[in-house]
Amino acid sequence: MTATAQAAGSQRAAVLSASAGRAGFGGALRSEFTKIRSVRSTYWTLFAMIVITIGISALLSWGRIQDYASQPAVVQAHEAVRIRSRATEFSMFGLILGQLVIAVLGALTITSEYSTGMIRTSLTVMPRRTTVYATKAVVFTTVALVAGLVTSFGSYFIGQAIFATHHLNSSIGQPGVLRAVVGGGLFLAMCGLLSYGIGALLRSTAGAITASVALLFVAFVLSGFLPSSWAVHVDKWIPFNAGGAIWENLSGTNMFSPWVGFGVFCAYAAVAVVAGGILFRTRDA
Amino acid sequence: MIEARGLTKRFGDKLAVDQLSFTVEPGRITGFLGPNGAGKTTTMRLILGLDHPTGGSVTVNGRDFPHSASPMREVGALLDAKAVHGGRSAYSHLLCLAQTNGLPRRRVGEVLDLVGLTEVAGKRSKGFSLGMGQRLGIAAALLGDPAILMFDEPVNGLDPEGIMWIRTLMKQLAGEGRTVFVSSHLMSEMENTADHLIVIGRGRLIADCSVAEFIERNSVQAVRVRTPQLDPLVAAVRRAGGRVVATAGDAIMVHGLPSAKVGDLAYENGVRLHELAVAQASLEEAYMEQTAASVEFRAGGSAAEQAAELGDRVSTGGVA
Repeated sequence: MTATAQAAGSQRAAVLSASAGRAGFGGALRSEFTKIRSVRSTYWTLFAMIVITIGISALLSWGRIQDYASQPAVVQAHEAVRIRSRATEFSMFGLILGQLVIAVLGALTITSEYSTGMIRTSLTVMPRRTTVYATKAVVFTTVALVAGLVTSFGSYFIGQAIFATHHLNSSIGQPGVLRAVVGGGLFLAMCGLLSYGIGALLRSTAGAITASVALLFVAFVLSGFLPSSWAVHVDKWIPFNAGGAIWENLSGTNMFSPWVGFGVFCAYAAVAVVAGGILFRTRDA
Repeated sequence: MIEARGLTKRFGDKLAVDQLSFTVEPGRITGFLGPNGAGKTTTMRLILGLDHPTGGSVTVNGRDFPHSASPMREVGALLDAKAVHGGRSAYSHLLCLAQTNGLPRRRVGEVLDLVGLTEVAGKRSKGFSLGMGQRLGIAAALLGDPAILMFDEPVNGLDPEGIMWIRTLMKQLAGEGRTVFVSSHLMSEMENTADHLIVIGRGRLIADCSVAEFIERNSVQAVRVRTPQLDPLVAAVRRAGGRVVATAGDAIMVHGLPSAKVGDLAYENGVRLHELAVAQASLEEAYMEQTAASVEFRAGGSAAEQAAELGDRVSTGGVA
């Protein structure tokens, strides 16, 4: 060991040029990408999200078709219209679980830095905290969006193949369908980003996941129990309903229009991310 | 060069760092000493900007460290070897650190070689032993070939070979003109490695001087005497203003008089001496005495009692 230490000493002048080693946004982006691709939890979570969402979506589509096929012809005629108009969202309904899985990854992206202690090393080598926080969010959201699009397109095409067996499928060229399928990916990415912000606020994996599930899922379930006079005003603001507007066909209901709803959902995520960022900057690490 | 001026950090009602001012100079190993809980780690975190000071300031090369354009070139720090994501391989861990500062990828291989972890570079670090984890932390600190190195308790829990390795490395790094700032709660460790000492207790500065000076200033000089005629000698010593502490059998320790004077007194009083030796407190004892008053928790007995006891145990130091 002494020998190696001495060898290092003799090379000192040549180790790095004087100008090498600038900390910046680009380097931080590369670093965050290395971080997210070098731990197994990323692969497991994304794999789980894709499999669960597509699996549940396909199962629900199949169930609906079985149900349809078992009906007498009179009922079928009426049911066919309903299914055709909503075939797209029926084929993507697994997103209700997929959103929770991506929320886990969003939270982990930041809380694992705290649970492992890595945050101290990260902020020592890159003390500009806003850069660390922003690049981490950018890298996570990009990864989540790509995986989210794979998930929503996968769900859509498999679901439509099932509906096609009874000629009840939609096609990607119909008005609003492409928006809904791309919207499914956007929705997942934004769920993850919301959870990332909550993770930065709470710094605890369990706490952040619990809070995200409460916001994304429990709030939606509970809203079903509201008296209808309230529901008219409250329902559309529930995160899942607002974000869901982009991929669900909610026309004719009290919900937001697709992009407005998604905008509201993005605003929720922005509040969490900005609040988390302010604390990330100011708190002792 | 690290400069702290009136650095203060308060956690709730506890003052962790209290008006600390010191300078860490390049080209030597500066030992940062203090009992556990004295505020060493907090001070290091303040230097790195991980914690924000309540008062005062600390600069690295004249600037706040968080504003450094190339942080890894300026400072390499090992605060806690466990501050890694155990699910990441050693290589990926170092790579993601190097990338933040735009360091070339080849540096990762170089530092892995330097610390002897090349063979396990692809292994996830959660399986690493304490010593391997420490080496990984040192590899990370060396990545940017930094001018300043900070190590917090680097030898804690290491085997003797690992300790030797770190000592050699630190000396090497200081010899290359770098600033090496290393904390420890063990005086014996610093005695072997440090050139300069900054000693703190309860967040306050106790000493800032060279190791030799610290020993000289704090050690209790004593003279060990063995004689079959204890009584006349004790009487003579007391008359001359010396203090006598009895030890086992026919030996005594004389404080407050040089050995020549004790020898002269024996000769003048016709006392036969079997032994006359200068005993000096080790640095460990000097340090214990200095920090005893500032130790926050102790198993039993007041700090003052223990300090007094230590003064009397001077004979355990190296007998000249």
